[in-house]
Amino acid sequence: MTTILDSSRDDTPPAPPAAARVETRLQRVLRAEPRPVWEEEPTKAGAAFKGFGLFAICAVILVPIWVVVVTSLSDTKAINDAGGLVVWPKSVTFVAYKELLSGGAVTRAALVSIGLTVVGTVFSMVVSVLCAYGLSRKDSFGHRPLLMTMMATMFFGAGLIPTYLLVTGIGLSDSYWSMILPSAISVFNILVLRGFFMDTAPELIDAARIDGAGEWRILLQIVMPLSRAVIAVISLFYAVGYWSQWFNAMLYIQDSDKYPLQMILRQLVLQHQVPPGAMGAAVSSGQINSLAVQMAVMVLALIPVAVLSPFVQKHFQKGMLTGAVKG
Amino acid sequence: MKPRATVASDAGRTDGPDPAGDAGADVDVRRSGARAAGPPVPRPKEKKAEEPPARGGITRRLRLRRDRTLILMTLPAMALLLVFNYVPLLGNVVAFQDYDVYDLGITGSPFVGFDNFTRIFQDYRFWEVLLNTLVIFLTQLILFFPIPIAIALLLNTIMSARVRAWVQAIVYLPHFFSWVLVVTVFQQMFGGAGLVAQWLREHGHEGFDLMTNPGFFKFLVTSQAIWKDAGWGVIVFLAALAAVNTDLYEAAAVDGAGRWRRMWHVTLPALRPVIALLLVLRVGSALNLDFEQILLQRDQVGAGASEILDTYIWWTGIKTGGFGYAAAAGIFKGLFSVAMVLGANKVAHMMGEQGVYSKK
Repeated sequence: MTTILDSSRDDTPPAPPAAARVETRLQRVLRAEPRPVWEEEPTKAGAAFKGFGLFAICAVILVPIWVVVVTSLSDTKAINDAGGLVVWPKSVTFVAYKELLSGGAVTRAALVSIGLTVVGTVFSMVVSVLCAYGLSRKDSFGHRPLLMTMMATMFFGAGLIPTYLLVTGIGLSDSYWSMILPSAISVFNILVLRGFFMDTAPELIDAARIDGAGEWRILLQIVMPLSRAVIAVISLFYAVGYWSQWFNAMLYIQDSDKYPLQMILRQLVLQHQVPPGAMGAAVSSGQINSLAVQMAVMVLALIPVAVLSPFVQKHFQKGMLTGAVKG
Repeated sequence: MKPRATVASDAGRTDGPDPAGDAGADVDVRRSGARAAGPPVPRPKEKKAEEPPARGGITRRLRLRRDRTLILMTLPAMALLLVFNYVPLLGNVVAFQDYDVYDLGITGSPFVGFDNFTRIFQDYRFWEVLLNTLVIFLTQLILFFPIPIAIALLLNTIMSARVRAWVQAIVYLPHFFSWVLVVTVFQQMFGGAGLVAQWLREHGHEGFDLMTNPGFFKFLVTSQAIWKDAGWGVIVFLAALAAVNTDLYEAAAVDGAGRWRRMWHVTLPALRPVIALLLVLRVGSALNLDFEQILLQRDQVGAGASEILDTYIWWTGIKTGGFGYAAAAGIFKGLFSVAMVLGANKVAHMMGEQGVYSKK
């Protein structure tokens, strides 16, 4: 027995002394976890193929974003020289952004979108966290019927027409609330939160209760601080939802002063409408380029999600799966 | 707050009928003090004296009292669901009415039985739209579905955690873009004035416009969906891959299985349940294509190629005022979807997979 073990040990190549190597920067970035001994080293062709694959995937996603950003920062001359979209930046100018953000429809729409996102996300989170905590104890009164009532809505939708009739019927049309209330909570998000709350160590909760803490206090001072990661992730989901909101606005909002950014973006890029007001004049006089304006609006719509999502990215995988399994 | 805590801890201990009957009986008798002279009972212990009555588990009223804060907390969400999910469900009665949105409303409009449904089934346009929906769905299923699996398998072979994290961060990104943004990005790339057309023109070819080409529409929406969500789809598969027992790989390698055979005999079988589950879910939502995505491009491409069931309902109902007809189409869509889920699940069971819910 020992001989077998020993011989198998001898087969494994000795690990190279780590301290002896001096890493280049690239090597440090590419440094891999140690490859299991039984796994073959990849062939040169295989490694090249994998590298190319990853590169291509990333390029497909990043190149269009790059082009949009660069064009939004280009002046009229650069855009005319390039014959449209600019791939390599020659000059950087913020004139399109300045024009967009100096008041007028786009500024308004951006403010509406920011307001909707902030108010909506806070509202959705308060309602969802409360509901998730309220359902986080399996022996509580009415736990099962309440949970079933909630989960049933995942399996049927009322349909577009009755929802539309209801929202307009209760007088929400042309109100900011029509962009918040109808899709304020996602049952899936509540289930994810609930899964995490249920995971909070019961000893902690019991200890708090013995010390005289009520449910509100337990939620605010024990459970929520321990679930910070998942709360961040779910907040991001809600925030992205509100920021991306277009359909509800299209259905219920007629007053163009209340349009969120996505409505304006659609008008400018897909329906080729001239931007209203002073900006339209500036565009038609050639002072700024309409393409740059379109791109700048796209960048405005893109910035918040592009900036925010990497911050909570590391929690996605865990958050999504734990909640889904627990549901 | 203290008594509440003791009740809570009691609930766990005395959930069923109390076999010994000591604590329960004690308290019971103490409460109805007049009966204390009756049959002899064990003396109440000092410790129990402060406890509220708990007989054979705690009563519903006590549980309600104990959990009233928890129930209160669920109320806002329940109210929202009630108003925006359950009440509209009742609103589906307009499907059986000759609905008049201006004068009569839901309560006043005359009932017409199944007239709206017969009109739908006789309307060739409806069947065209249904067919178109299914064609777009199938295109998406066939072209989209394998891509996240392929990316996940590729990522799984990368040994460097840093590279993996970077690639993941990049491929997840478009998932968070709105459909308006995705469609506008595609417009700038493949539209008549887009980057590709521009490049072609510069090199002496004819420009082209994929965004308004009806024949290409199903591939266009599929590629948009892939660009937006294929990366996001990777998450599930990566998690499933991470859960595979590495001993299996090692054993297979020791038995002489090469890289590809390990993938075929270890990795793919491990992914099978996940794939089956996702397929069932996809098929179940066959009629729920991304409404926003298609509605955004309906004007450019024309209703002929782009109309799906959802946009048809929107158009006939909200745009042209045929609410009864559209609601009936909505009900048809709901029932059809349920049938698809059940059917797909049945197939999954027949193939020995668990599907969404298990057989038992």
